[in-house]
Amino acid sequence: MHIMEGFLPWQWCLFWYLVALPVVAYGIIQIKKITDKHPESKPLLAVSGAFIFILSSLKLPSVTGSCSHPTGNGLGAVLFGPAVTSVLGAIVLVFQALLLAHGGLTTLGANIFSMGIVGPFAAWLVYKGVKKIGWGPSIGIFLAAVMGDWLTYVTTATQLSLAFPVPTFGEAFAKFMIVFAYTQVPLAIAEGLLTVVIFEYIMKLRPDILIKLKVIKPEKTEEIVEKMPGVA
Amino acid sequence: MVDKKPIILLCLVAIIAITPLVMYSGLGEDEGYFGGSDDAAGELIEETGYEPWFNSLWEPPSGEIESLLFALQAAIGAIIIGYVLGYYQGQAKARKREEVDEQVMSTNKISK
Repeated sequence: MHIMEGFLPWQWCLFWYLVALPVVAYGIIQIKKITDKHPESKPLLAVSGAFIFILSSLKLPSVTGSCSHPTGNGLGAVLFGPAVTSVLGAIVLVFQALLLAHGGLTTLGANIFSMGIVGPFAAWLVYKGVKKIGWGPSIGIFLAAVMGDWLTYVTTATQLSLAFPVPTFGEAFAKFMIVFAYTQVPLAIAEGLLTVVIFEYIMKLRPDILIKLKVIKPEKTEEIVEKMPGVA
Repeated sequence: MVDKKPIILLCLVAIIAITPLVMYSGLGEDEGYFGGSDDAAGELIEETGYEPWFNSLWEPPSGEIESLLFALQAAIGAIIIGYVLGYYQGQAKARKREEVDEQVMSTNKISK
C-alpha cells in the first residue's frame, strides 16, 4: 500500500496531507483523553502500535505470485477507534519512509489516509455492525481486521487511479486493483486470523480493560469466565 | 489444558503463506514472481510517462541492510507485545493465587 516517494504529483501530496493531518491531530487529542480516563489502557495502546509494527514488516507471498504486507490496523481500530489508529499508523509510516525507503515523506499524507484512516475506519464500522447484530467479538474482530486490511489497499488503488487516470479512471482503477486488491485477499484473511489470536488472548487476560473501552459488553466476559474457569 | 484454537488459527496463517510458495515453486524474481506489489504499482505509474519528482532522503544501501531494518521493525513490535502480554499473564496468575490464599484463610478461620 505504500505509494513510493515522489510517485504522486505535488498537488495530490498536498491534498492528502490536508485530509490526513486533522485526523491525526484529533487522534492525538483522543489518545490523551483515553489514557487520562483509563490509564490502565496504556499498555494496550502500545500493543496496538506494536502489532502494526510487526504486521507491516512482514511481506508475505500471495497466490497471485507477488508479495505484499498486512497492515495490522484492525486491532487498534477496534480497541481505540480510527483516529487513534491513524496516529499509530503515522508512526510506522514515518519509520518506514525514513529508514526503509518504503513510502515517503511526500506521499506520507496519502499513505496515512489509506492505512491510518480508511482501513481503521472500515474496521471500526464493521466491528460496531457485527456487535449490533449480536455476533460474538471474535467474529467481529476477524471481519474488522480483514476489511481494514483490504480496504487500505483498495484506497491506495483509488488514490493512484485518481492521480493517474490514464487512459481513464476506470481502466487505471482496474489495473491498480489487480496489483493491490487481488494480491491482498489471502493476506487480509491471514491478518484477520492473527488479529483474532491476539484479541482473544487479551480478552482472556484483561477483559476488564476491554469492557472499560466499551469493546465488549460485560456479560460477554462472564460467558468466557464460565467457559474457562480459573483464568479470570 | 492448552487452548487449541490459537494454534489452529496460526496453522491456517502458515498455510496461507506457504501455498503460494508451493504453487510457484521453482520460480523466482527473475521470472517476475514474488516481487513487491508496491514496486509493481510504481512500474505501472512510470509506464504512463510520469517521472517521480522527489527521491527518498536515504535508502538502505543493500538488501542486507534493508532486511536488517525490517527485522528491527518486527523485533520492536514483538518485544512490546511479548512484554505486555507476559505481564498480564503474570498478573492473572498472581490474582488467582491470591484468591486461593484467601479461600484457604477463610476455611482455616472456620475450622478454628
